[in-house]
Amino acid sequence: MGDSQYSFSLTTFSPSGKLVQIEYALMAVGAGQTSLGIKASNGVVIATEKKLPSILVDEASINKIQSLTPNIGVVYSGMGPDSRVLVRKSRKQAQTYQRLYQEPIPLSQLVRETAAVMQEFTQSGGVRPFGVSLLVAGFDDNGPQLYQVDPSGSYFSWKASAIGKNVSNAKTFLEKRYTDDMELEDAIHTAILTLKEGFEGQISGKNIEIGIIDDKRIFKVLTPAEVDDYLAEVE
Amino acid sequence: MSITSYNGSALIAMVGKDCFAIASDRRLGVNFQTIACDFQRIFKIHDTLYIGLSGLATDVQTMHQRLQFRHKLYQLREERNMRPETFASLVSAILYEKRFGPYFCEPIIAGLNEDGTPFICTTDLIGAKQLSKDFVVSGTASESLYGACESMYKPDLGPDELFEVISQALLSSVDRDCISGWGGIVHVVTPGQVVTKTLKGRMD
Repeated sequence: MGDSQYSFSLTTFSPSGKLVQIEYALMAVGAGQTSLGIKASNGVVIATEKKLPSILVDEASINKIQSLTPNIGVVYSGMGPDSRVLVRKSRKQAQTYQRLYQEPIPLSQLVRETAAVMQEFTQSGGVRPFGVSLLVAGFDDNGPQLYQVDPSGSYFSWKASAIGKNVSNAKTFLEKRYTDDMELEDAIHTAILTLKEGFEGQISGKNIEIGIIDDKRIFKVLTPAEVDDYLAEVE
Repeated sequence: MSITSYNGSALIAMVGKDCFAIASDRRLGVNFQTIACDFQRIFKIHDTLYIGLSGLATDVQTMHQRLQFRHKLYQLREERNMRPETFASLVSAILYEKRFGPYFCEPIIAGLNEDGTPFICTTDLIGAKQLSKDFVVSGTASESLYGACESMYKPDLGPDELFEVISQALLSSVDRDCISGWGGIVHVVTPGQVVTKTLKGRMD
């Protein structure tokens, strides 16, 4: 990978034992728009701000939340183009598993493989770490699950989590509001309220995106009209 | 002589009521000379999943090693055993990888699903899966085996009756095939236990 001048890894240890490139990647994530996810007893919801650089941008063409398989969805905070690369790779990994075993990939396996890709980019020649953290939501035979994957390649399973700007406020809010027996509809309302906490300007179906998966195991992104309905319920 | 009849083999798997049985002969030959009468063709993948491999003995052993390797890794990664259908898909994929230089073996896969219902299937040497609800056969004696199974098989047999049926089908078929036989081994698997018996047959 790369020519011989870059055959060494660009991510190298600092004297204090840190990988500075990964720290910087996490800062890139921390400067990105807020995303969050909440695992309910019967489903998972993920949501993100969709602040566009100008009113001239066609907001319908922008999809921050994407599906990796029919029953797994993902949202990111950080650098959009980096997330597209990861989505592409993850989709291929999911299909490779499907082709080999003729059955859908379990969420934990897909997350593990995606995280392994992200780790590779911290230890290969001529590449930099990904500037995104991912929140992966899905529903498989082990029930609803929510995972966070970081630029370092570490991954965690969460009951509720937030990434990007304003993370500490969002997490404090989630800690107060989260209950183990929460149902999906409550979780969607809580997600909206959490986004509203740090939102600058008027929140609407056009500047946030929400993706949900329930026990029917089909991941779907809500339309702006559906988001507006939930927003009205929250008011 | 054809490469698939170099070593000789006979295998059957049958479905019973909440159980299955898998049986094979024990002969290992080199053309017409008998080398061993304790050759293992049936391998346990996990407590409720068995694979029997017929055909060229070296490929039987290599396929078993490769499949065991894959299953152990799967167990470590996914922290669970493979379901029989999943395993069958894996076997099919591994065989097809060698589409233009295949393993000369034809596996039969037998297992119990999580709900206790039995599953059997066979594939050809390049991975074409063939599911069945009653019995599957493989090996140099396959034509006789098909006939014997077809006439002796009844659905929903209990473990003891299934053992009798599969044993008789195996022994009568290998007696009509000069390069398989020299004894037999039968595993009857139910959700709680597996009973393994060896068969005394004509040692010729």
